Amino acid sequence: MSKNLNLTLRVWRQRGPADSGAFGTYKADGINDDMSFLEMLDVVNERLIGDGKDPIAFDHDCREGICGSCGFVIDGRPHGPQPGTTVCQLHMRHFNDGDDITVEPWRAAAFPIIKDLVVSRAPFDKIIQAGGYISAPTGAARDANSTLIPKPTADLAFDAAACIGCGACVAACPNGAAQLFTSAKIAHLNLLPQGQPERWSRVTSMVEVMESYFGSCTNYRECEAVCPKGISIDFIAKMNRDFLQAKFRDKKKLAGGPLGDAG
Amino acid sequence: MLSGSAPRTSAAAQAPAVRQRRKHHLWVLYFYGSAIGKKAVMAVTGIVLLGFVLMHMVGNLKLYYPDAERHLNAYGEWLRTFGEPALPHTGFLWILRGGLILSFILHIHAAVSLTLMNRQARPIKYQGGRSYAAADYAARTMRWSGFIIGFYVLFHLADLTWGNANPDFIRGEPYNNLYYSFERVPVALVYIVANLLLGLHIYHGAWSLFQSLGLANPRFNQWRRTFAAVFAAAIVIGNVSFPIAVLAGAVDEPEHITGEARLIEHAHTLGTAAETLPGVTFHA
Ligand code: HEM
Ligand code: FES
Repeated sequence: MSKNLNLTLRVWRQRGPADSGAFGTYKADGINDDMSFLEMLDVVNERLIGDGKDPIAFDHDCREGICGSCGFVIDGRPHGPQPGTTVCQLHMRHFNDGDDITVEPWRAAAFPIIKDLVVSRAPFDKIIQAGGYISAPTGAARDANSTLIPKPTADLAFDAAACIGCGACVAACPNGAAQLFTSAKIAHLNLLPQGQPERWSRVTSMVEVMESYFGSCTNYRECEAVCPKGISIDFIAKMNRDFLQAKFRDKKKLAGGPLGDAG
Repeated sequence: MLSGSAPRTSAAAQAPAVRQRRKHHLWVLYFYGSAIGKKAVMAVTGIVLLGFVLMHMVGNLKLYYPDAERHLNAYGEWLRTFGEPALPHTGFLWILRGGLILSFILHIHAAVSLTLMNRQARPIKYQGGRSYAAADYAARTMRWSGFIIGFYVLFHLADLTWGNANPDFIRGEPYNNLYYSFERVPVALVYIVANLLLGLHIYHGAWSLFQSLGLANPRFNQWRRTFAAVFAAAIVIGNVSFPIAVLAGAVDEPEHITGEARLIEHAHTLGTAAETLPGVTFHA
């Protein structure tokens, strides 16, 4: 049996990057608790549009927790109170009738606010461009199982690959650091045989770009706690280890490529 | 896809600040220039400091020996004379001190520069407040605990090494200095509070250093927390017990038994002057 909720929302409204922004208060009455948080905002927006007001801007796409588009801070916590869920998967049944809910965008120097709850996550793309790829032979596709990968390694790489790049880790980190995202993207490829040719250059380049936008890691573990995909901080340790190893390696082998060191 | 109409803004207005880093030719500087490099330096210097703090606490347990004064003063003398004659007097001690001073400076320099970097990474705080899901009190107060420990170390040196903060200071008699220092309640309180903060700093630091150095392994990960908690508890219990023991009167008042006083006593029983004993030199 679904219930209806009457809520009061305090939502960050900001016209553009240069605007200073402020909280706006909205009544959200008669919200069906089977709705997701985004569906609740859709209802509020329809009412705002009906009143001739500017609807609340927020990012979204798949609405099933796999694209990484959605995300904002609900009551001081990225993606809201429910662990392991994105806001598109967060159901209103986790809230109570009469709740006051505060909604605010990710806050980081690297994520400027575009409008209301929408931020630019372009620095994530910059990090990926720096090394989040592999060199693959061209020509006919090889047989899928021609490179053998131990099951635990494949599983671990897959755990890392589950990162959807939503930015909640940066939003949660008191230092505004992007360690969880970057380390997951590095580990995903550095664990696999296909990722070995660029292993050391990947970690140094991606870390370098990461550090040019974001803060540094103090091992608070806030990122892991809010990550909708449950990415482990073990990947951060692995990134640190690969980075330190790369720094202590023969310079000539760091360039990677087929002549580089695949160890 | 965006809900609501996002205004078209120039790319420049949306571009986040990029921190440009100087490319040092010297490997160490380039390494230290990266935040992960700095964090590794923090972890390694942290290990040096942890080793020191542990040895320092264990050394002071001599306070609980019978005949504690002689043992503690002899230990101090041993630190100054160790390695002689290969090393000059206090040579070994200065090698230790050199390593410690260097570690301390690097640890603090890295802490300050990383803190500044982190401040820049979030210039605008959460306006609606934020909640913490995992970061404990120890982790969130590293900067405060570290900062206060830094000042405490200076006070501690002034109190028991240089002696200018201790009216009862006698050079070369650590037992006397420690006893009369801890007998003053405000001073004892400074030691107690500072060591509680040190314990807090270690509780996070001794766990965190494994992550910083990339030492994660499902085989031992669960022990990292235990290690840090036990280390912190050992340091706090040991160090806090010393002022409490003095205040509680569980430690004997100093009788000014130094290594030299013992020699003089020994010479006296032999009926000679101490200076005439073979191999004896007195340090002014
Ligand atoms: C003025 C003195 C000190 C300051 C300002 C200071 C500051 C800090 C800070 C801010 C961190 C966190 C680093 C980060 O998040 O980036 C840290 C970590 C640490 N500190 Fe200190 N600290 C001081 C003294 C000490 C002392 C005396 C010890 C030794 C017991 C110590 C041991 C550690 C350890 C082991 C870490 C963990 C390093 C890591 O995570 O890699 N610190 N310190
Ligand atoms: S909209 Fe795709 S993850 Fe939420």
